[in-house]
Amino acid sequence: MLSLNDFIGRQPAWCPGCGNFSILNAFREVMVELQIAPHEIVIVSGIGQAGKFPHYTRCNTFNGLHGRTLPVATGIKLANHHLKVFAVAGDGDCYGEGGNHLIHAIRRNPDIKLFVHNNQVYGLTKGQASPTTMRGVKTKNQPFGTVSEPLNPLALAIALDCSFVARGFAGDPEHLKMVMKEAIKHKGFSLIDILQPCVTYNKFNTYKWYRERVYHLEINYDPRDRIGAFGKALEWGEKIPIGILYKHEKTTLEEQFPIIKGEPLAEQKVDMDKIREIFSKILVKEK
Amino acid sequence: MKKVGIEVSLAIAEAAKLARVEVVSAYPITPQTHIVEHLAELVADGELEAAYLNVESEHSALSACVGAAAAGARTFTSTSAQGLELMHEILFIASSLRLPIVMVLVNRALSAPLSIWGDHSDVMAARDCGWIMLFCENGQEAVDSVIMAYRIGEDRRVLLPVAVNIDGFTLSHVIEPVEFPDQELVDSFLPPYKPLFTLNPERPVTMGAYGMPEIYTEAKYAQEMAILNSKAVIKEVMEEFGKVFKRNYRVVETYNLENSELAFLALGSINENIKTAIDILKAKGTNVGLISLRLYRPFPSEELLEVLKNVKRLMVVERAMPQGATNSPLFNELSAFAFHNGLNIIMENYIAGLGGRDVDPQEFVNIALNPFKKDGKLNYKIIGVRE
Ligand SMILES: Cc1ncc(C[n+]2csc(CCOP(=O)(O)OP(=O)(O)O)c2C)c(N)n1
Ligand SMILES: [Mg+2]
Repeated sequence: MLSLNDFIGRQPAWCPGCGNFSILNAFREVMVELQIAPHEIVIVSGIGQAGKFPHYTRCNTFNGLHGRTLPVATGIKLANHHLKVFAVAGDGDCYGEGGNHLIHAIRRNPDIKLFVHNNQVYGLTKGQASPTTMRGVKTKNQPFGTVSEPLNPLALAIALDCSFVARGFAGDPEHLKMVMKEAIKHKGFSLIDILQPCVTYNKFNTYKWYRERVYHLEINYDPRDRIGAFGKALEWGEKIPIGILYKHEKTTLEEQFPIIKGEPLAEQKVDMDKIREIFSKILVKEK
Repeated sequence: MKKVGIEVSLAIAEAAKLARVEVVSAYPITPQTHIVEHLAELVADGELEAAYLNVESEHSALSACVGAAAAGARTFTSTSAQGLELMHEILFIASSLRLPIVMVLVNRALSAPLSIWGDHSDVMAARDCGWIMLFCENGQEAVDSVIMAYRIGEDRRVLLPVAVNIDGFTLSHVIEPVEFPDQELVDSFLPPYKPLFTLNPERPVTMGAYGMPEIYTEAKYAQEMAILNSKAVIKEVMEEFGKVFKRNYRVVETYNLENSELAFLALGSINENIKTAIDILKAKGTNVGLISLRLYRPFPSEELLEVLKNVKRLMVVERAMPQGATNSPLFNELSAFAFHNGLNIIMENYIAGLGGRDVDPQEFVNIALNPFKKDGKLNYKIIGVRE
């Protein structure tokens, strides 16, 4: 039996009160409840406060470059699709520096679970606007107020027909756990945008701000209705929906490569005789 | 003019303001952040009339500067480490299109392992990108270099981008006494940028067009001549700067080099530690000099030959690994330089201060007194490495 202790890594270096703690706890509890062992998991991250997440678990981890989380995670999934691959990124990392990768990862549809710790700010570099910072909000690099429209990750993902699109809130861990479990059960690329209050650098989108706005999607909400989901994704202001906005199961990237239909690449035996045979044929032809 | 105590990053932003930059585009990265944050403040407070563009990546930051410079604006950007590597392909566009962008490169170690601290692995990976490169040892130099950089880059005889290197944290985050020149003096020294060609509908030009095999070599040759010839202009600008602002700079600086046959050679703020070591050695009766390359690109060959006249033993200290080369980058260049100029100098290669590791001046004292002799595999010595 796995227990929480199996998922406790290094001591987090996040500020007291940071929304990241409850995301981390939710992840650990979900893994224990679903009995997924650390060695079956790879967590890939980039650079940022969110990027530290893997170090605080005891799973296989890969901490790469700022913005480059998804290409690495995709490579891992292709080499060993038996692994449960999680990608963890900040809003800056995933929607800004690595925004292009998000678009194309959604198109390719590898079975990767992406958690975006969306605190609507660059936390690690100490408080500049991110792609999700709301227009007009003042930050260190935008003392005159952020001039650009914020990116709407959910609308973007639904427009791209992303396989699984959800929003969680760090201040509602039970609900977040439910969303994580559903994402893990779902086959295909899954984006969970997690509203994560940054108590130090985001004085606008506070716990209180989110609490006054978030609500659970209605019981009769149908996540298979893409147009309806798009409408829900556009809701941001007085009311912010959390839950599974959109679901569409379809062929994954790894299912499309015959070579990895069965055993993962990483576990396939190399048949040297066969290789020699192939090479000798080629070499004879070339002569 | 009086001196003020100020964090070097803020002082650099103030220098960009004095240079009246018109477009600033940057993406935050430690340890560059304070520079661009302070510029954002200066713009917000109305102290600097500039368009400040926040972008989603360094690739975009430099691209925006390329666009703005092509349209005729005076541009500024700044980055470090991974940010510079992400700019890499645009570095060549800026120099080949002859756009006098100024970038303050806050030197930081490249990943992996992840390190936010200083060394020169970032600049060394981009050393031959056609930019003029200056290195600074202290805050005053950084401020003055930014102002000079615009004057150099925008000179019609040059028209090239300039990178002003300052060491991450050891320089960027320390508070130093800095004397800011008066705005009127800066204005007289640095007139508004008058580009030779701009994207202008009245006189249309194409920038970045195809270079077929018949012309590519000639285009590259012309560009090479431009950077080689820029040295004369750089020296001229430094001299004029001295006349106007009463602070004198040379492309190659020396310290205690008269009467010493033994010399250190290094880039950037580590030279201040080496100077301390030189003073310690002097007190003990050993005379050692220092050669500091303030200008790294174009390579200051003649000036270096001049100062190396009496040197018999040269200790080259670098903050970058060879990465599989015979020696570290600057050392290799100096070896070729010494060989082709028939110099009879014993050269030793020391690697120090990687990923922000402090180097005690005593280490340099030890080097001076105990020359490195190759015994193992390495052609160089990594100071303080644990095997
Ligand atoms: C190429 C590159 N540019 C810039 C940085 C500096 N940097 C590190 S994290 C970060 C942004 C962090 O914001 P986010 O991704 O939202 O993560 P958070 O810290 O808020 O969790 C930046 C700009 C970097 N590491 N690499
Ligand atoms: Mg963030």
